[in-house]
Amino acid sequence: MPTDTIASLAPQVASGAIRSERLTEDALSVITRLQPSLNAFITVTADEALALAREADRDIAAGRYRGPLHGIPLSLKDLIDIAGVTTTAASKLREGCVALHDAPVVRHLRDAGAVFVGKTNLHEFAFGTTNEDSAWGPARHPDDPTRSPGGSSGGSAIAVRTGMSIASVGTDTGGSIRIPAAACGIVGLKPGWGEVSAAGVVPLSRQLDHVGPLARSVHDAELLYNVLRGAGANSGDEDDVETLFGLKLAALDGYFAERLSDEVDAGISAALALLRQQGAKISTASIFHAQDIAPIYLHLVLADAAAYHAAALQRRPHAYTDNVRIRLEMGRHVLAEDYVRATRGRQVITHEVEQALAGVDALVLPALAIEAPPIGAATVPVMGGQESVRNVMLRCTQPFNLSGHPAISLPCGSSKAGLPIGLQLVGHAGRTPELLRVARAVERVLNSRG
Amino acid sequence: MTIEQWLEDGKSDAYRRKMPELADLLEGLARATAALRAADWNDDAGSAESTGETDAN
Repeated sequence: MPTDTIASLAPQVASGAIRSERLTEDALSVITRLQPSLNAFITVTADEALALAREADRDIAAGRYRGPLHGIPLSLKDLIDIAGVTTTAASKLREGCVALHDAPVVRHLRDAGAVFVGKTNLHEFAFGTTNEDSAWGPARHPDDPTRSPGGSSGGSAIAVRTGMSIASVGTDTGGSIRIPAAACGIVGLKPGWGEVSAAGVVPLSRQLDHVGPLARSVHDAELLYNVLRGAGANSGDEDDVETLFGLKLAALDGYFAERLSDEVDAGISAALALLRQQGAKISTASIFHAQDIAPIYLHLVLADAAAYHAAALQRRPHAYTDNVRIRLEMGRHVLAEDYVRATRGRQVITHEVEQALAGVDALVLPALAIEAPPIGAATVPVMGGQESVRNVMLRCTQPFNLSGHPAISLPCGSSKAGLPIGLQLVGHAGRTPELLRVARAVERVLNSRG
Repeated sequence: MTIEQWLEDGKSDAYRRKMPELADLLEGLARATAALRAADWNDDAGSAESTGETDAN
């Protein structure tokens, strides 16, 4: 993985030692080289990106430096509006849907001087975890193109991992930032619900959708998070990291440890042992009704998505990929009484996440229960049985879309085959900056393993 | 409506609309719905515990 981060590049861009135009040309060059094999982008905005980069270079030379994102090449998941560019949501249904305005998050990034190299591939309408069902074809894992990069923000994860962009912005309704981040070995942050505007973003479920960054470090994720929520690009110094001494974590047990691949189980166990050795106090905690999470989530997301798509499904059903169309049709069968039950269940799960967090700084669990799955697989072997790819991929992330708590996935080593494993930390509601401080301390220890 | 009746109606609709894959998916949704309805936090109008917050006064 390219090692340049926003935090390491920004001082050089600010001083003029590195020009934004060069960074942008480098990113575009990687896109040209890898796009045929990885299919990470739907739209590449090369000319616009170079124009933005030259403008950034001129402004910086004239003393108008705007902060760490100024001149940094970024990509955006292609369900976020950039004025003048088609927002496809990876669907033929939206061909010709040119955005009239920037989404608020894009406006914030533009104000911070970011350079947009293009719009990344995704699972159609963000309605899947593998990035296979895209009208532009599947995105492919950078370590093994026969595998999924995870989804739905798969193209964004590939872009960050390979250098097609320094960082990216995605969305997460059941894990769609954290799952591809874990599968591709990068950092993915789902902020607390409502912290970052989801206006100008094609919805999957407006009550569960979160917009957030995919990046190469926690510090970069923090820089982006601050800009995305309109708080400016300032953040603590990179060296301003908490020690693990006195840090209290609670490892979620039961349901969250029951369906892990052997490699993920071993990777997470080794990480927790290291964190303990470095001074973290790790207890265990449970979500008592964890078995109810998947049914609750399913009834909410299916019905919300079906409502958004109902008119288009009637009008142009064959503009969707087959799998996504059928899943949307399924959502039209959810009964109102079951939707209400799911709404009640969501409150129960939220309360239980709060209880699990009582007395600790963060919860810790895997971000993704398996390594990146083969493209086309409906099931994968897990602990001696076969598990649905979709269900097992969502298992560790979707609870915190229901509860709205901030959650972040960090790289945590890799399998024997070299496929990345992701560790997830979950913070207190309304305290995302504290979660990021914890994540930076954990990241430092995990990175120290080499 | 019982889940069995709901599933029968849904599958009939799927076959009528020539979407056999939907019928298969509805079987899975029916299992999820059964789990949802079986959860112990559901309200039950016939239960003393379903009248809302307990008032000790």
